[in-house]
Amino acid sequence: MAGYITRRFLGMILLLFLLTLTVFFLFNMLPADPARLSCGKACSPQIVENNRHRLELDIPPIEQYQRFISGLFFGRTYLADTKRPIECEAPCLGYSFLRNSDVLSLITRSVPATFWLAVGGFVVWMAIGLTFGIISALKRGKWQDRTIMGIALLGYSLPSFFIGLVLLFTVVLWLHLLPSPQWVDPFKDPVRFLQTMILPWITIAILNAAFYMRLTRNQVLEVFGDDYIRTARAKGLPERTVVVKHALRAGLTPIVTAAGLDLAYLLGGAIITENIYSLPGLGSLAVNSVIASDLPIITAITLITAAIIIVANLVVDLLYAVIDPRVRIS
Amino acid sequence: MRQPETLRQDHRVAPEPYLTVNDLRVKFPTEDGLVSAVDGVSFSVTRGRTLAIVGESGSGKSVTALAIMGLLDRKSAQVSGEVWLDNQELLEMSDAAVRKLRGSKMAMIFQDPMSSLHPFYRVGAQLAEAAMIHRKLTRQQARAEAIEMLARVGIPAPKRRVDDYPHQLSGGMRQRVMIAMALINSPALLIADEPTTALDVTVQAQILDLIGQLQSEFNTAVIIITHDLGIVADVADEVAVMYAARIVERASTETLYGSPEMPYTLGLLASIPRMDRERTDRLDPIPGNPPSPLRHPDGCVFHPRCKYKDRVPGERCFTERPELLESERDHLVRCHLPAEERRSIAREVLSTSVGGGAVAVLGGVDGTTSSAQVAPVGGPA
Repeated sequence: MAGYITRRFLGMILLLFLLTLTVFFLFNMLPADPARLSCGKACSPQIVENNRHRLELDIPPIEQYQRFISGLFFGRTYLADTKRPIECEAPCLGYSFLRNSDVLSLITRSVPATFWLAVGGFVVWMAIGLTFGIISALKRGKWQDRTIMGIALLGYSLPSFFIGLVLLFTVVLWLHLLPSPQWVDPFKDPVRFLQTMILPWITIAILNAAFYMRLTRNQVLEVFGDDYIRTARAKGLPERTVVVKHALRAGLTPIVTAAGLDLAYLLGGAIITENIYSLPGLGSLAVNSVIASDLPIITAITLITAAIIIVANLVVDLLYAVIDPRVRIS
Repeated sequence: MRQPETLRQDHRVAPEPYLTVNDLRVKFPTEDGLVSAVDGVSFSVTRGRTLAIVGESGSGKSVTALAIMGLLDRKSAQVSGEVWLDNQELLEMSDAAVRKLRGSKMAMIFQDPMSSLHPFYRVGAQLAEAAMIHRKLTRQQARAEAIEMLARVGIPAPKRRVDDYPHQLSGGMRQRVMIAMALINSPALLIADEPTTALDVTVQAQILDLIGQLQSEFNTAVIIITHDLGIVADVADEVAVMYAARIVERASTETLYGSPEMPYTLGLLASIPRMDRERTDRLDPIPGNPPSPLRHPDGCVFHPRCKYKDRVPGERCFTERPELLESERDHLVRCHLPAEERRSIAREVLSTSVGGGAVAVLGGVDGTTSSAQVAPVGGPA
């Protein structure tokens, strides 16, 4: 098992390295010219050239990449040959001249909103999805099942910008049940935090809960047909034990996989939900940077999102071994 | 209850059956109509005795077992009749009450030990769970019992094996675990649904021996469900042959093999491969297929496949459903043919197709009885 984890870990590092390579050169090939974008309307070729030099875009891409990687580990200095050099300490993910800030601190500032949005939404949708999925499976074909699956289909078909806007208009602007969303630190003002986050959580949860209701229902129903469930009943176990201990445990694997990756995906930023509720998260940062063609930030966010998904994959695979003893490698 | 030796010899008081099934009927409503899976099945089993239920797939033998165990979904199956277990009627009971009897008074083992154990739990935990659900035991006590049961079913190094997962055991070992799990609460009734079908031939005999050995140890009533007539002869005291949801013949094992009467039973016996026949000889299959459970034929359900229906006067085989009637003492047959006719057909069929082979089939029962039974039917071979 230890060997397996080590192998997977080394593989992960290799993958992350390849990822930086791909992402870096991909964005370098974009037709957008940051040097041109960084100067205003009346722009002489001389200024563009100067900018190009300042942004270190006048050196070969390979060297740019080398500087980027070494910046990650040892930090780097921008505008080293000018009077006002800019220090970017390791791990340096780059520097945004548009925002006059190093990318890492921009991202660090955006992480809390995204983190709380993703984790809170995850808890809500898993609770709803698993509970109603199980009820639906147990009441298969009855009105409870039909109602739940009908609602799931509805939730499944509504895009999050629609759900988000409808919630915002009805709950906040029309019924005044909640104040308008304003991001605060959960440890400074927990009440305001909850008031702000409840609608984003529901927005995130509706779409995903619908999917998990269906997934859980199908898993439980599939496992119900298995022989060991009949064995469990033949032992005289109460139906609740049969469902929770035997059926759900056996049907959990695909749910864990999907849940792990969905959470990881969300941790990379929920673009639409963050924008609707003005949450200063990674999603908002990403959108604004794309609009402004702020390449260093886009590169960094892409890298971080991909890294989260790679790590989540590893975690999910290790969880597999916890759930299913047949996966454990001796 | 111990009886004095003399009394025992003079009046052989038949012991009370532990399980009595009366006119059991199971119907499944489907989109295509009502499927009659079990139609008026009756039998009983006494503690210490073994009943074999034999039949093709779809003849209703497994459904009968599941109905006794209360494992049929009441929403999708209509079950009627009576199932008496230890003087309690099960079909009238609440689900919760039947659940308490499952695993404690009656237990069941299934065909495929590969899929019948939960893949994610250690075998010890699965055994302990079975014990703890019916008795107040601490985790340690249950574990100790699990180890003891594993030892009793012949699993080597049970103290180590108790922490194995099912996938770490071979098929035969898993079936032993299933047996240990079924017997951990010493139930008085054990139903084994095709317990050896999924196993290696070499392991089959071991598992059957084990069931027999534990049966005498626990004084269990055993029902073995199988389609394999070869194993029935070795283990069963009584045999019920099922065809199309009904019992068509019921008799002691000796009688059924020695002087079968129902043409379907004859067909089954005639289609067993024999070592002593020429390899070029074809097996003698029963022509045709079992009827659709949606629509059983009128008259005798077996008549479309019966070679001897012409010997019955009139149209009775086509129009009138035969009753399961006593042909001789403790030998029930469902057939319109006159008893004499049936017996002469049996003699004819067994002498040509089974021949001396019947000796081999019966070999396992008991030396004296089998040769005595076979002598009259033994062919010129």
